[in-house]
Amino acid sequence: MNFPILSSLILLPTIGALFLFFTKDKDGNNLTAKYVSLFTSVVNFLISIYLWVSFDQSTSNFQFIEERTWIEGFINYKVGVDGISILFIILTTFITPLCIVSVNNSIKTRLRDFLIAILIMESFMIGVFCALDLVVFYLFFEAGLIPMFLIIGIWGGPKRVYSAFKFFLYTLLGSVLMLVAIISIYWISGTTDVIKLYELGIDAKYQNLLWLAFFSSFAVKTPMWPVHTWLPDAHVEAPTAGSVLLAAILLKMAGYGFIRFSLGLFPIASEIFTPLIYALSVIAIILTSLIALMQEDMKKLIAYSSVAHMGFVTLGIFTIQQQGIEGSIIQMISHGLVSAALFLCVGVVYDRMHSRMISTYGGIVSIIPKYSILFMLFTLAALGLPGTSGFIGEFLILMGVFKDNFLVAVLASLGVILGAAYMLWLYKRVVFGKLVNVELKSMIDLNKSEYFILACLAVPTLFFGFYPDPLINTIEVSVKDLISMYDLNVMVK
Amino acid sequence: MENFNLVLPEIFISLSIMFLLVLGVFKNDSSKTIFNISLLVLLITAIITINETFSVNRVTLFNSSIVIDHMSSLMKIITLIGAFLVLVISSAYLKSFKIFKIEYPILILSSVLGMMVMISSNDLMVFYMGLELQSLALYVLATFNRDQLKSSEAGLKYFVLSALSSGLLLYGCSLIYGFSGSTNFNVISSQLNSNEYVLTFGIVFILVGLAFKISAVPFHMWAPDVYEGSPTSVTLFFTMVPKIAALTVFIRFLYVPFLNLIDQWQMIIIFLSIASMLFGAIAAIGQTNLKRLIAYSSIGHIGYTLAGLATGSNEGIQSSIIYISIYVIMNLALFSCLLMLKRNNQYYEDIDDLSGLSKNHPLLSLSLLVILFSLAGIPPLAGFFAKFYIFKAVIEQSMYFLAIVGLLSTVIAAFYYLRIIKIIYFDKEKEKYDEDHSLWLKFSLTFSTILILLYFIFPSQLIDVVSRINII
Repeated sequence: MNFPILSSLILLPTIGALFLFFTKDKDGNNLTAKYVSLFTSVVNFLISIYLWVSFDQSTSNFQFIEERTWIEGFINYKVGVDGISILFIILTTFITPLCIVSVNNSIKTRLRDFLIAILIMESFMIGVFCALDLVVFYLFFEAGLIPMFLIIGIWGGPKRVYSAFKFFLYTLLGSVLMLVAIISIYWISGTTDVIKLYELGIDAKYQNLLWLAFFSSFAVKTPMWPVHTWLPDAHVEAPTAGSVLLAAILLKMAGYGFIRFSLGLFPIASEIFTPLIYALSVIAIILTSLIALMQEDMKKLIAYSSVAHMGFVTLGIFTIQQQGIEGSIIQMISHGLVSAALFLCVGVVYDRMHSRMISTYGGIVSIIPKYSILFMLFTLAALGLPGTSGFIGEFLILMGVFKDNFLVAVLASLGVILGAAYMLWLYKRVVFGKLVNVELKSMIDLNKSEYFILACLAVPTLFFGFYPDPLINTIEVSVKDLISMYDLNVMVK
Repeated sequence: MENFNLVLPEIFISLSIMFLLVLGVFKNDSSKTIFNISLLVLLITAIITINETFSVNRVTLFNSSIVIDHMSSLMKIITLIGAFLVLVISSAYLKSFKIFKIEYPILILSSVLGMMVMISSNDLMVFYMGLELQSLALYVLATFNRDQLKSSEAGLKYFVLSALSSGLLLYGCSLIYGFSGSTNFNVISSQLNSNEYVLTFGIVFILVGLAFKISAVPFHMWAPDVYEGSPTSVTLFFTMVPKIAALTVFIRFLYVPFLNLIDQWQMIIIFLSIASMLFGAIAAIGQTNLKRLIAYSSIGHIGYTLAGLATGSNEGIQSSIIYISIYVIMNLALFSCLLMLKRNNQYYEDIDDLSGLSKNHPLLSLSLLVILFSLAGIPPLAGFFAKFYIFKAVIEQSMYFLAIVGLLSTVIAAFYYLRIIKIIYFDKEKEKYDEDHSLWLKFSLTFSTILILLYFIFPSQLIDVVSRINII
């Protein structure tokens, strides 16, 4: 075993946070804290790029595996990546530095503590995506609640306490059943090592209950209808950087969990519960799209659109088709980029006008043209215009669904239309129209850092929209093997 | 000839108590000396215990009325270290209330002696003797701040209720003696192979008595009042040390004489456990006084420990012991914070007094954050692992109902811990508190917080020690 690259990815942000902890907290513009955290996260991003470059795309085996005894004879600290998880790690390391740059404008108090929270959050998120032991996974999955709770609670908006509590308790309640399931798996199979469990398989008679226990956790985190209500609250109250992390990465943990654990460990149960997922996803897509149409608050609208987009993701995952699952992964990556960008766009106008209400705005296209162009790009990406990464994901998912179930596909396609409706209407009301509110005239266009962040997000959105091959090549073999393993299990039964 | 080396810790501590009493009578203004000597005594006793008994597998002494095994030596060491830390961080508190008297350390020593006897007991009589010794010392400790009405009230309440429970316990003992013809645990165990009602009565009475001592629901009523009324340093002692001894007796009592009757007592323990977990979580939500809140939270935590006991397996016993050890550390940390909330020689103990603490005291609030999340059982902190081992043992026995109720009550309990964190971090700040704390107080807070925070790096060490305990 050579250099422990994954552990260093997990540890580096924490070390950066530790370093920050020992620096002095200054009020106002704390440059040391900013540079240290930015440096740490950029180095982390470079390491993850190196990881992607040296990643072998021709095999579905886990790579860069590290294993250490942790609790004698019980849990091993085991991490590794395959084609499915590596993209999420890169997404995490890519979004975090952008979040750190974005705090320039939005966080006014206790900047150092905020950056510490973000860095620790990054550690936990990377940990979730490369954990290869169920207990280690659970540990990272749950630990992320602590920094996020503080981010919403300390730096959030007026109703922050309520939202932080709702976020924390909802997710905790969902997750405890998963803990029961994980311990049960240990007693049933004698190990919590994911690779070994893939080989051993889990007895069919336990699978249904275990699947439901995992589902309760992932459904809350995804979030799926009807347990999505924490998300709009959390998004609205969280500071911009918090919303970005939440939408771009936290929600993906559950989608990743569905692929890795629900499909991988409980194929027979997944087969049984697919209709349930279909139903909930379709309801989520249509219902939350309709709700999004009625929103007055920009952040809330985007939050509901996230629920709808994640509905597509869960739909795609449970088609168990090559296209469907690949589409879901690409949709998650794309949603990570686009929703992050949209929340940042809302953050930009919020920092200037201190209002998230759509009615405050209108006719700002002539005042802040650069902003309007970038906002337009991300709006189009969110509704899945061809040429943006959003299109690839949605298209592949719908292809997968069409193969599996025509009715569901038709209903889901309705969601695409609704998606276009609420996004375009939002854009129209904010950017076009008559300039009624005179205060808007004093708005300044994007400053350098905002421009930089949005451009950073725009490049991959467009690039992967035109040329998704790097993504597809990375995930293809892993998804294929996952499906063949799944089919084998279902057939044997 | 018995091997007296094995009971050397008990002998040493009782001789020291007598010596200190005599010293207190003959020397004026000796409270400081006696305080320091008592600390030394506790340390030396701990060292003797480690030296003489730690490697002993299982030996019985004095007609097998005393047993020395891995469990007893480990629990004694935890008791002694716990008592040492309580004593060492309470001096400033006692001084500020002008109750820094010679009786305080001596009473603590006597109750520790009682606990050590309890922990080692293998006989109903010896067990009862130890129990009474520690209880009598605790009654006095509860009233130690005798000029305060609340403290006297606490002591009286504790005395009356505890005496009642001791009576029940003794009645249970007599029933069992009448049935089996012996008070020795091993003899009782070999005599019992029937399902007589009388015997069940005996067990139930003893369980009620023990449940009272560890304040499990529905025998918890005394705890909030006593915890609130007693001086804070004594409350700290109550929440940590006697629970260790009572838990050990609980384990030994259930698993040595009455293991065969597991069907009879298992349901009782499960009920106690579920009731304590749920009640502790729900009742704590409405509290405004921190000490009362801690009382309810300790009831909840006892529920988890009992869940481990209900399993009827070695795994379960071990997980309970791990739980109580981690719980003791968390409690120590929490009370160290509480003892730091001092301004102008007055201590503050309402939850609202913590408001906005993070602005003026960032380090103290960070420690509280870690401690509270750990108490709530959020990974990767020590409290999560404590619960994790318990549920691992519970699920091994397929007791899913218990596991799910337990985990749901952690979610309920998380609410009130979060509420404190909210008050510390999200609310408006108040005046600054003093920062000139004693070195020991700072040390115990830092030490315990770091243990809680970094436990996940070396979780095996504690398990290694505990896994030698083999009762069944």
